[in-house]
Amino acid sequence: MSYPANPPSGGFRIAIGIGLLVVSGLLFVRAAGPWPGDAIVWPAAVAALGALLIWRAPAVAPRRRGSWAAHRPFKPSPPRQPSVRMRTFGRPEVSRGGLGVALVLAGGFAFLWASGATRPAGEALLAALAVLIAVALIFAPSWRRLARSLAAERIERIRSQERADVGAHLHDSVLQTLALIQRSAEDPKQVAALARRQERELRGWLAGGGSREPGDTLAAALDAAAAEVEGAVGGSVEVVAVGDCPLDERGGTVLAAAREAMLNAAKFAGEAPVSVYAELSGERIQVFVRDRGTGFDPVAVPHERQGVRESILGRMRRAGGSAAVRSLPGGGTEVEIAIDPGDRS
Amino acid sequence: MSGDQTLSEGSAPLVVSGGSLPRVAIVDDHDLFRAGVRGSLGPRVEVVADSGDVEGAVRAIEQLDPDVVLLDVHKPWGGGVEVIRRVADTRAAVRFLALSVSDAAEDVIALIRAGARGYVTKTISGPQLADAVCRVHAGDAVFSPRLAGFVLDAFAGEIPAAQVDPELDLLTAREREVLQHIARGYMYKEIAAQLGISAKTVEAHVSAVLRKLQLSSRHELSRWAAHRRLVEE
Repeated sequence: MSYPANPPSGGFRIAIGIGLLVVSGLLFVRAAGPWPGDAIVWPAAVAALGALLIWRAPAVAPRRRGSWAAHRPFKPSPPRQPSVRMRTFGRPEVSRGGLGVALVLAGGFAFLWASGATRPAGEALLAALAVLIAVALIFAPSWRRLARSLAAERIERIRSQERADVGAHLHDSVLQTLALIQRSAEDPKQVAALARRQERELRGWLAGGGSREPGDTLAAALDAAAAEVEGAVGGSVEVVAVGDCPLDERGGTVLAAAREAMLNAAKFAGEAPVSVYAELSGERIQVFVRDRGTGFDPVAVPHERQGVRESILGRMRRAGGSAAVRSLPGGGTEVEIAIDPGDRS
Repeated sequence: MSGDQTLSEGSAPLVVSGGSLPRVAIVDDHDLFRAGVRGSLGPRVEVVADSGDVEGAVRAIEQLDPDVVLLDVHKPWGGGVEVIRRVADTRAAVRFLALSVSDAAEDVIALIRAGARGYVTKTISGPQLADAVCRVHAGDAVFSPRLAGFVLDAFAGEIPAAQVDPELDLLTAREREVLQHIARGYMYKEIAAQLGISAKTVEAHVSAVLRKLQLSSRHELSRWAAHRRLVEE
């Protein structure tokens, strides 16, 4: 967990490059054009560099935090970790700022020395310097303490903010669900449905840190559709997805057909869970929706299933894909939906 | 659901194992959950111990020598892998079945690679869990649809041809087919009927996949979970 000491990052190299360009430009002007004199230009350049360092320091820090956080595997939502923040406003800013201050002082001092102002004021300057050092030595510990307590306060604030966020989320979701469960304790089906919905929601929150949009990819959208179907019809819908693909036009068609199939399956499956298996790859999008309902004879389709079949089979056909309803008497029904991502784009 | 169907399916391994009930230990840090599992397993298995921590679990396994250990995947102390590691030498005959609410692929794959014979989610019904215990006891691998999905995902990526050990790093077409059917929610018997092979052959394929999962050195497998997690975020 050691902090990398000033890695030669891209920004650093750019800074060196700019510095070299400026120096060469100044040398050119010195040789060719009007030149105010070494005693003014060089100290001014050094002081300007120092000032630049001071002004740039705060803007650089967040970028460093990002790159550091990216090296930490497995820990979800790195910016929430207080320890990460603590590290970022410690050494790098201070060292940068310190270097800047030193450069500005050195530039000023060099100017004074070169222009001869130090000779008469030499002793006074020396005395002032001595006082300055003494003051710095005396107050350094208390400054340090102040900086530390500020940092600690900030961490504490972040922590309590975090606690409040988690608390608010738990209150909105888990506690509400528990209250609902207590109220409907005599209805086991309702309790199971509530528990499942809460489980799904909490799982999503833990996995995505609350940031994942359900509409981004087909796998996430299928998950969301399954939750929706569970909420609307009851029962349980288990989604297993291999791979993933963007939710584009074809993905949207597959999603709509799969949602229809899930709804249908959940209605007829009874107590048994509905299995949804999606294989999403660059070459082929394939979704299977399987229930363990009573099954049916594809020839003698009940009327209410006719519309469903149209909205699955017809929809996929129109989109250039395919769909098939397989029924194993006594073993439930399986709907297979497939489309070739390549054949329409 | 079709309770008698799962019952009849599970009774075959029981006969194979000589008629005595499989002796089970439950390792999970939630007291309530251990009690729930104990209650729901029913008369088909005998629960001889339950434990909430690594030390207690290791002691119980060494003293009582259970046939099957139900192991929670996700624990604050990462205990499942630790328990398997510590008893692997002294109690090689003990079989492990991972049981978890966690969907995190890296947790599950880690436990399977450590030696667990299968993985089921905690939402599984009592009779199904008892059935899974019996199957693990009989030496079979138990793949839930979710685990099948994880495995297909893990073996999906391309790897440089020079590094491939086809014995371990690739799934055969048949193994892939069997896993796909498991992921689609088919039971072994149904897969056998669908593919025109015997249930024993289906089990052999699943066991082969389990072995590849445990022995494959394909670097994707160890990095895959982490990578997957990073891509998702």
